[in-house]
Amino acid sequence: MPHPSARQSSRSALTRRIGPGLTNRLATDEGFSPEAALGSPGADTSPVPNQPLLHLEQLWIQVAGTLCNLSCTHCFVSAGPNEGRHAMLSREDVAARVAEAVAMGVREIYLTGGEPFLNPSIEGIVEDTLELAPVTLLTNGTLFTPHRTRWLAATTRSSRYSLELRVSLDGTDAASHDAFRGAGSWRRTLDGLRALEAAGLLPIVTLTRPAHVDASELAARAHAALAAEGVPAARLKLLPMFTLGRETRRPGHAPPPPSLAALPAEAFDPNRLQCGTCRAVTSRGVFVCPLLVDEPGGRMGDTLAESARAFPLAHGACSTCWATGMTCAND
Amino acid sequence: MTERVASTRLALFGGVYANLPALEAVLADIASRGAEPGWCLGDLGGFGPDPEECVNLLRARAVPTVQGNYDHSIGHRLADCACGYTDPDDQRFAQLSYDFTDARVSEASRAWLRALPAEVRFEFAGRRVLLCHGSPRRQNEFLWESAASEPFLEWLCREHDADLLVCSHTGLHWHRALSSGRHVVNAGATGRPAHDGRPGAWYAELTVREGALEVSFRHVTYDTERLAARMDAQGLPPEFSETVRTGWWTTCFGSLPVRERIAAADARLAAAPQSR
Repeated sequence: MPHPSARQSSRSALTRRIGPGLTNRLATDEGFSPEAALGSPGADTSPVPNQPLLHLEQLWIQVAGTLCNLSCTHCFVSAGPNEGRHAMLSREDVAARVAEAVAMGVREIYLTGGEPFLNPSIEGIVEDTLELAPVTLLTNGTLFTPHRTRWLAATTRSSRYSLELRVSLDGTDAASHDAFRGAGSWRRTLDGLRALEAAGLLPIVTLTRPAHVDASELAARAHAALAAEGVPAARLKLLPMFTLGRETRRPGHAPPPPSLAALPAEAFDPNRLQCGTCRAVTSRGVFVCPLLVDEPGGRMGDTLAESARAFPLAHGACSTCWATGMTCAND
Repeated sequence: MTERVASTRLALFGGVYANLPALEAVLADIASRGAEPGWCLGDLGGFGPDPEECVNLLRARAVPTVQGNYDHSIGHRLADCACGYTDPDDQRFAQLSYDFTDARVSEASRAWLRALPAEVRFEFAGRRVLLCHGSPRRQNEFLWESAASEPFLEWLCREHDADLLVCSHTGLHWHRALSSGRHVVNAGATGRPAHDGRPGAWYAELTVREGALEVSFRHVTYDTERLAARMDAQGLPPEFSETVRTGWWTTCFGSLPVRERIAAADARLAAAPQSR
């Protein structure tokens, strides 16, 4: 039988061999002053590393814009039922963006929001995109109707490319999860995971990991909780918390981390960060990554081609990615 | 000047994984098909009981071999196999394997593994062939059939000047004929079955017929029960010998994409409906 898998957010082992030393260094080096951590590219004038786009491996498409049926207290894109800063994309919009990415040799497409299942064209969008590349759908798991689950099962089995589903959790029980996501969210998401399980689907469950919580201990707790809820074979991916979006207004949030301005040039590894291989598209243009779509400096242009230039790693969130070796991608 | 391979049939295999009877069976099958000596795509250690014997057999038969991440790690006495697993259970089993292999490889074999090339290029039937272990850009990159878009594979071939790219590393064999006329082939593994309930070994055979390239995969059987018993006797984890006996993976597949996962799960249910 498959072993329940806890996927840590980390790059390949070859890359990770370089990683831990740098991570420790970030945490302890006196050269990193929290005062420099203003978290906004315009505010910090000291030079920061420039991340080249090595190749477009992952394209993120915010198909639902910032519309979501939940209003999580830590949402890094501040999505919610009345949030229209980024608009929903049409099937044609998505097809045009996918075509741009295909011309650049994109490897896989991630569909996100907000909540992608609020887009009434989501089935057509997924089917169109799956003709061309592997697709991952990121969802809160609360909107799986029986029709939708049957469609997911059939589409997953008939496509030559993988259709990965990612379902977000923020705790290992109702109390901790609902504290972020609202009362009743745990129950609804677990109902969704059980429906997927019954259809023979194998979603990746993502779980946010607060900085002070041990990764393997959290993974073990999550596997036990999911098994007890009837989801025994869940694949797990842990994600760090980002001081972004609505999280910056949540009482008790972590302070923004120092910028990468003090990172010595020789310590910079262009293979470590996901922005070396990704871009994100919303109704408002092309952004460096799915995290920085509302942040100053995050927007890189109108088209993918003009967004292929290097990105200055000036945001506090860049430090979080650097320190944790994190990627929003599945691996 | 790129070497030209004049024959019309090539045999390519990877993922030997210290499985001597599988390697012997594959080499015998290659000989019977007139495709000697074959090309090896690396990863001689790990999983099975006989890494040193596998190295010696490949050397004795002068099989041209590309270096896998396992060969790089053992050759350079690194701490782990650098297989690229992110799952903690996978990493634990991988470390058991690695330490087992590391304790059984001679200095002479280490030097040979260290000196293996990371890629091999030649010309075959007018095509520029590139052999590598994981991908042309990274020795331990997983190229899964369902998780690599055709535009990406086209880009990879273009970027690395290849008309025919052959890799291994994932343990699952597949072939994609690209619309440009290029081909990408994953030769799969000889040392571990293909997670399809069929015990045995797999390798890729490339044949040119009237200028057209045909890619097929050959399944070769060997005495899996005898090997499994030997693995148990050597103290390797029972999960490993179970894989040899049943043809289903039990460890080290945390990175497997959902398409391959569900195909295996469905096939397994179909094979044993009473277990539902």
